[in-house]
Amino acid sequence: MALITCKNLALSYEGRRVLEDVEFSLSAGDYLCIVGENGSGKSTLMKALLSLKSPDRGEITFGEGLRRTEIGYLPQQASIARDFPASVREIVLSGCQNSLGRRLFYSAAARRRAAEVMEKLGISHLARRPWQELSGGQQQRVLLCRALCATRRVLLLDEPVAGLDPVVTAELYGIIRDCNREGMTVIMISHDMQAALSDATHVLHLAGRQVYFGPAEDYRASDAAELLLGGVCHA
Amino acid sequence: MLESILEMLSYPFMQRAIVAGLLISLCAALLGVILVLKNLSMIGDGLSHVAFGATAVALVANLAPLKIAIPVVLVAAFSLMHRRHSARLRGDAAVAILSTGALAIGVMAISVTPGVNVDLSSYMFGSILAVSREDVLLCIVLSVVVLTLFVLFYPRIFAVTFDEDFARASGLRAEGYALLCAALTAVTVVIGMRLMGAMLISSLIIFPAVTSLRLFRSFRTAVISSAVLSALCFLCGITVSYFFSTPAGASIVCANILFYLLFSLAGMLVKPSR
Repeated sequence: MALITCKNLALSYEGRRVLEDVEFSLSAGDYLCIVGENGSGKSTLMKALLSLKSPDRGEITFGEGLRRTEIGYLPQQASIARDFPASVREIVLSGCQNSLGRRLFYSAAARRRAAEVMEKLGISHLARRPWQELSGGQQQRVLLCRALCATRRVLLLDEPVAGLDPVVTAELYGIIRDCNREGMTVIMISHDMQAALSDATHVLHLAGRQVYFGPAEDYRASDAAELLLGGVCHA
Repeated sequence: MLESILEMLSYPFMQRAIVAGLLISLCAALLGVILVLKNLSMIGDGLSHVAFGATAVALVANLAPLKIAIPVVLVAAFSLMHRRHSARLRGDAAVAILSTGALAIGVMAISVTPGVNVDLSSYMFGSILAVSREDVLLCIVLSVVVLTLFVLFYPRIFAVTFDEDFARASGLRAEGYALLCAALTAVTVVIGMRLMGAMLISSLIIFPAVTSLRLFRSFRTAVISSAVLSALCFLCGITVSYFFSTPAGASIVCANILFYLLFSLAGMLVKPSR
């Protein structure tokens, strides 16, 4: 059974239909890259996958016992205030909310998990630092840690490298690749086609509807890729 | 000096004002951190005008002000909070319309009713004498509720304030938290208005949080600092008000201004690059 299945999905944004006929399914361990121009419905689809938005039509189903709240999410950078007063530890730990259940405070296990992912992403030394003093790349690592606290199964990334310099971008892609190799299913919105296609196993191309869904290697040769990339993909 | 302070504390009206004021300051500061960080500080201001309008209408109709003002302000708070993401009527415009509208209705109600002998300025700018035993009781209940909720739901409050979408995706009912915050703010504004005045009560919500953010850079320290600072400014303000016969509300706001300047300076010294 597939891990995530979208069937005949139609979505609206502020009362306007932005996406139609989306139909795809992912298995555990897949790495899906969602591409398309601005306004093509990528972020709206992401909101639907996170159950922040209910579809106008169709449905999204989760298989293999995946719970709706068990998805780690890395939002677009602009969505969080850069000067929010919070320490790195406070933010990472907030990723463990979905394991709070009826408990009021984070358990020792949650705190261990937070320390573990900070160690893994090499930001343990930043734990007590204020969020507002971090660089853009460090902030993305913190948010990725938070996402990893929320899940061991599915990561949802909304333009994770936008605005980052090439070195930091490469590092971040490396981390995401490692997560995927350890069995994490990755769904990523990206404008960075070349880098995205080198890691992704699947591509979903949106333009108000689904233009392409399939294996990444077939995408390069498809008509859909021609639309978005021009001749670049044949280089 | 000590004798004069003891004398100040010996008057029952001062005791009431101080207990009620301290508790209201505490509630306002805690709620203020959330509102300021969510860019909703104007909601507090809007609600205070609505509270004034509702109180004026209640006085004209010869009804108990609190019994009219609390439900009216609650409704206003819910509708403003509910609309905060709406694109059709921008949040700040909605607040402005509601607050000036309510103020105008209040002023009209008082002016067209002959024989209503209301000291308008005591509602506009507050009065120490206006705090009744019933108000003190309400303040105690409110502050127990606010403090308890803040401590028990601290991790969730942080999560919702930092990133509402992520919190919702993790299964948190963010809308419920927003409405609860709106409700508690509404009650705080209505009760605090007696002491601080309709024009000044929102400063109790906004100042301590904004001041704390000049210096403190983690959520926990910002919250604690806001609460402590709010209480401190209240005590400074009310003491000044007692000894120099200045209006309590304005004195408290002036104490807040002073601390804001101090914290800004300290913030610059601690972190010169900013």
